[in-house]
Amino acid sequence: MAEKKKRLMLIASKGDIPGAYTPLILGSTAAAMDYEVSIFFTFFGLNMLKKKNLKKIKITPAGETAMPMPIPQIIGMLPGMTGMATMMMKSWMKKANVATLQELMDLSIEAGVNLIACQMTMDVMGFKREDLIDECTVGGAATMLEFASEADITLYI
Amino acid sequence: MSDIKISATLDARNMSCPLPILKTKKAIIGIEIGEYLEILATDPGSENDFQAWTRSTGNELVEQSVDGSVYRYVIKRNK
Repeated sequence: MAEKKKRLMLIASKGDIPGAYTPLILGSTAAAMDYEVSIFFTFFGLNMLKKKNLKKIKITPAGETAMPMPIPQIIGMLPGMTGMATMMMKSWMKKANVATLQELMDLSIEAGVNLIACQMTMDVMGFKREDLIDECTVGGAATMLEFASEADITLYI
Repeated sequence: MSDIKISATLDARNMSCPLPILKTKKAIIGIEIGEYLEILATDPGSENDFQAWTRSTGNELVEQSVDGSVYRYVIKRNK
């Protein structure tokens, strides 16, 4: 009989750059470690499953006190600052040879990571099934909990 | 250990976490069970990562060395 695989369940609820990298890095790595992985995309995390949307994920400097921006915090609220912070963050990541979100998503899909889109969030945001990538499935809280009840690790991100 | 014959080499230099591990997983499937995969990396975190990866996948880290900023690993595919 085959050895029972370890299971990882991630809840991806955030829509900014760090909130998108964390589940994709952990999910793809766990799959490479022979874990069975599911990621439940809910609230702003669901934007990661929208077609051609990973490139558009941003970071806002407003309230991100640890982000080394050469401006006072309050300026971060001004129009254009989110775009600037996103450009800076992406250039730091490129310099550090970090994979893009799209690369990590592709590797996750290739490794068989189970991507679940939250139905309730789709209704709230007005997303249709065809707005989301073909590789995901649609489910709700019960789908997520059934998987989590059998998971060795469950993380809310 | 000099009788180790490398079947494939993965150049993971200038790749950041978790890419060396993800590429290793793909590369190890490309060799036969019992064969050896050599990996070159520059990510300092890879030292701990390759130990953890081999422990959890049941493959064997048979050699590990560092030359300047380049880490070299040899992994035997066990399953």
